[in-house]
Amino acid sequence: MDIRTTGGPATDEEMAAVDGLLGPAESLWEGGVRRPADDHVAYGGRAARSRRHLLLPVLHAIQDRTGWVSRGALEYACRRLSIPPAEAYGVVSFYARFAPEPRGEVTIHACDDIVCQLAGAKTPDGARPAPCLGLCDRAPATLTERFGMSYDAVQSPHAAPRHVGSKLLRRVGLLNPESIAGYREHGGFVALRRAHEIGPEAVIHALTEARLLGRGGAAFPTGRKWESVAKAPARPHYLVCNADESEPGTFKDRVLMESDPFAVVEAMAIAAFATGCEKGFMYVRAEYPLARRRIEHAIAQVHAAGLLRFEIEVRRGAGAYICGEETALFNSIEGQRGEPRNKPPFPVEVGLFGKPTLVNNVETLVNVLDIVLEGGAAFAATGTRDSTGTRLFCVSGQVLHPGLYEVPMGTPLRELIDQAGGLRPGRTLQAVLLGGAAGSFITPAQVDVPLSFEGTRAIGATLGSGAVIVFDDTANMKQVLLRIARFFRDESCGQCVPCRVGTKRQEEILERMLQGRDGDRHADVMLLSDIARAMRDASICGLGQTAANAIASGLTQLRVLNG
Amino acid sequence: MFGAGGGTSSYREAEDTNLFILWGSNARETHPIFFHHVLRGVRNGARLIAVDPRRTSTAEWADVWLGIDVGSDIALANAMAREIIHAGLANKEFIERATTGYRQFSRCVEAYTLKRAEAETGVPAEAIKQVALEYAKAERGMICWTLGITEHHNAVDNVLALINLALLTGKVGRYGCGLNPLRGQNNVQGGGDMGAIPARMPGFQDLEDPEVHEKFARAWGGAEFPRKKGWHLSEMFEAMARGELRSVYVVGENPARSEADQTRAVRLLSGLDHLVVQDIFLTQTAELAHVVLPAAAGWAESEGTVTNSERRVQRVRRALQPPAGARDDIDIICELAQRLGFDWGHPTAEQVWDECRSLSPMHAGMSYQRLDQLEGIQWPCPDESDPGTQFLHARLWKDPVEGRPAPFHAVEHDPPVDRLSREFPIRLTTGRRLDSFNTGVQTGAYSSPLRKGEALMISPEDGKSLGVADGECVRASSRRGSVDVDVRFEPSLRPGLAFMTLHFPDEVSTNVLTIDATDPKSGTAEFKASAIRIDRIPASTPA
Repeated sequence: MDIRTTGGPATDEEMAAVDGLLGPAESLWEGGVRRPADDHVAYGGRAARSRRHLLLPVLHAIQDRTGWVSRGALEYACRRLSIPPAEAYGVVSFYARFAPEPRGEVTIHACDDIVCQLAGAKTPDGARPAPCLGLCDRAPATLTERFGMSYDAVQSPHAAPRHVGSKLLRRVGLLNPESIAGYREHGGFVALRRAHEIGPEAVIHALTEARLLGRGGAAFPTGRKWESVAKAPARPHYLVCNADESEPGTFKDRVLMESDPFAVVEAMAIAAFATGCEKGFMYVRAEYPLARRRIEHAIAQVHAAGLLRFEIEVRRGAGAYICGEETALFNSIEGQRGEPRNKPPFPVEVGLFGKPTLVNNVETLVNVLDIVLEGGAAFAATGTRDSTGTRLFCVSGQVLHPGLYEVPMGTPLRELIDQAGGLRPGRTLQAVLLGGAAGSFITPAQVDVPLSFEGTRAIGATLGSGAVIVFDDTANMKQVLLRIARFFRDESCGQCVPCRVGTKRQEEILERMLQGRDGDRHADVMLLSDIARAMRDASICGLGQTAANAIASGLTQLRVLNG
Repeated sequence: MFGAGGGTSSYREAEDTNLFILWGSNARETHPIFFHHVLRGVRNGARLIAVDPRRTSTAEWADVWLGIDVGSDIALANAMAREIIHAGLANKEFIERATTGYRQFSRCVEAYTLKRAEAETGVPAEAIKQVALEYAKAERGMICWTLGITEHHNAVDNVLALINLALLTGKVGRYGCGLNPLRGQNNVQGGGDMGAIPARMPGFQDLEDPEVHEKFARAWGGAEFPRKKGWHLSEMFEAMARGELRSVYVVGENPARSEADQTRAVRLLSGLDHLVVQDIFLTQTAELAHVVLPAAAGWAESEGTVTNSERRVQRVRRALQPPAGARDDIDIICELAQRLGFDWGHPTAEQVWDECRSLSPMHAGMSYQRLDQLEGIQWPCPDESDPGTQFLHARLWKDPVEGRPAPFHAVEHDPPVDRLSREFPIRLTTGRRLDSFNTGVQTGAYSSPLRKGEALMISPEDGKSLGVADGECVRASSRRGSVDVDVRFEPSLRPGLAFMTLHFPDEVSTNVLTIDATDPKSGTAEFKASAIRIDRIPASTPA
């Protein structure tokens, strides 16, 4: 496999970390010691390469144990998995979470993203600045990793989290998220039983009738997606739960996973049943250690209770916003750089490992439970005609009570802000960023917009991931725009030119304009809009296509330059 | 293969086959273009089996690597054949219809039990059996080989042993199946096709066949030329040794460095009455010459054609004027003819090619225009309506079989001539690396980050037992001579096996060690198997 080793040998500790995951090396050719048979025969090839998808788990194992990924460790991992080291290094360097240089025993990641900036975040000495950690309800937030034999990652705590809602959030805070018995007492697994009773077609029919649209940001009809996967002739079918929630200002899936993990697992079981998936993956972003633990625990419990008819593997992201894009996520699970693929073919036909794949966001899946229980029509009775059901909104920024709020679709934005306690006394509203960095700004004049897919579309905005970041008159919007531009420049995967170059140029021009430095402002505005169009029209994936939205709306709607 | 000197398959078929056996070939490094097609095949689901004493980078890609002892190929192939026959997987119908000599062959291989094969090759019996059955059961299967098969004293027998396997299982003459010697240069195939071999005229026509001779004589205005086949390279050196060959004209070859037993080769070349070398570089052979004719490069400085391993004739075009004083090969040869009293005029490359087409039936349909249009054509292409031939020997599957049936050849294992002994206990095999080419004439001029110079590669275990350190300069000796060379530890070699290249003859004359035991049928020396010893060099007192 073109394995040209150049680094030193792996340490015993590093080898133990890799072997702990893969089992001991069975031959010299796999990186073990020479046995007599190794002189004259070796097996490998496809069998060895078929474990490529374990590269990220192996890299995590190395880093958890030692705090970084040394060349020697990487080359040992490559030998074990039959991967060219140059290619594996390309994977290591792709993900922000993997350190190719040594670090101390403890790493503190301090969020310096929009919301935490509003809360006055300062990166402490020795800490590493990080994009949104999904802890916006407790800004400014940190994540502390302690490497070694017993790796641990701890999110900064929240004394009194606010999770307000009666449907999706009805169990949140009421039950012990580590007790399957508790989940049963709160009506757990009734939907799964019901699904088994009515059969796959009826489940999909109910979804279609419910007119549920995906909650990850793209708002695709869930029923249609399930139907396509169910009908796809190729086998096996894969189920992927997208829990790589990385949109700045978004933390809804984290709350569901941390506080109601059994519901997520039950919904995955229903999805697999209805679409004939043989295997499931749960891709949880690296910044959610508690959510991952709870989900892993829940899967094990449900499995032990005999309620899971298929296998679910939990995969840990490694710090890449782009992996929230479904095809980038597939590549990441497969052990590659998280670069999006061209579509078509769509995942329902050619997805994970090239097979038909159902990929749904956590919130989308949890909606399925109620749809199966009460029927599609009853579900559709809530919300508006085109946007059915309720929606989780992550309200953060300059409101009195940041938190997760579940409201019926169509609720006016003003009402949501009021539910979150409104602005602090004496402050006035300056703007709302709806949908995170990939969303757009709402002006005070637009604050009565109904929070539905069609309502936001009518004013050129989007619900996106459900992030609602509120800015009062004290917020420095120039800073915010710059942070957004920096975010996209950082997170662009670099695969396609419009996005790789566009996000960089966008940041440069914005910096120049906002700092009021020399330059022809009119020409810069035109240039920004040209770049925006190129990114929108020619980028492979949604990242590049939306990377100019918030900045454009900030400049035109909020007139940030004029302020 | 059975009368046609070329690989039977096309590159395209490599992408659609179900199983490769790369036998004595590190194609990953030495045939990188072909290996790209192999990789496509692998990505399309093909299994890959590598047979090689070394665990090469090709073997690293393989599903199974059989690390045979050097020179035990026939034992392995015969044992595989026996397993296939015993498992009832021989293609009886094909054997019956399209082959001859099966009975004798099957009697011969019956003696090659798994136990014997394991003893001869070192490969565990079960692995031999597994590979044999896998090859037999594959719907499509391809055997490819290179110098690991042919640089032996019994090279032709080695090739025949592989052909037997394909005949036994009906894996030739069908799409995605075949027998393919991979060629080391873009035009090795073309050189043979054009008659640059002792017994053949262009298009593999038998020089000693009176009809063929008559045809060429007529076309060349009654010119006189030999009726008997000439000497191949090794025979030429033997003739030099006997004093029969006194003048040599070398075109594009560096025998002073590429020949086995180099000391002898240089001595013989130096003793000639007259040595002419025509080359694009002043090679070590050219340095010995009385006359050097500087030639234009075949690539980018000349018009003409080349023929690759899949028998595809392709056009090459002049993009640059050659440096002052260097002349096109055609130009040099015609000028030489002029001086010798024959006016051949000044033909263009296309005129020469058209003459060739008029005499070589397998090239007849390949006009320059058609070569352009079809992006090369695979021979045979008998007329201008023929698209060329993707794979050879489809005739064997016709009903009834067209032409002569394909013969089995019973061949016996015959170990390398240079035996291991207590005095010379280590098996040295030679080969090539990705970044260099043969004696380095064409590759020495540019640098490569992968190139580390010559070294004697041995297993770390051997290094330890010999008491030498990685990088230490040692003396390697064979029954023919000694060289001083740095040792490099290479875990992909097993204890008892050493490896060198011949890429850096100015640093280390590897061929001082090799043996010129030559296959009389092919003229190739046994570069792949020498017996050597490795000694530490006593610390010398500083000068």
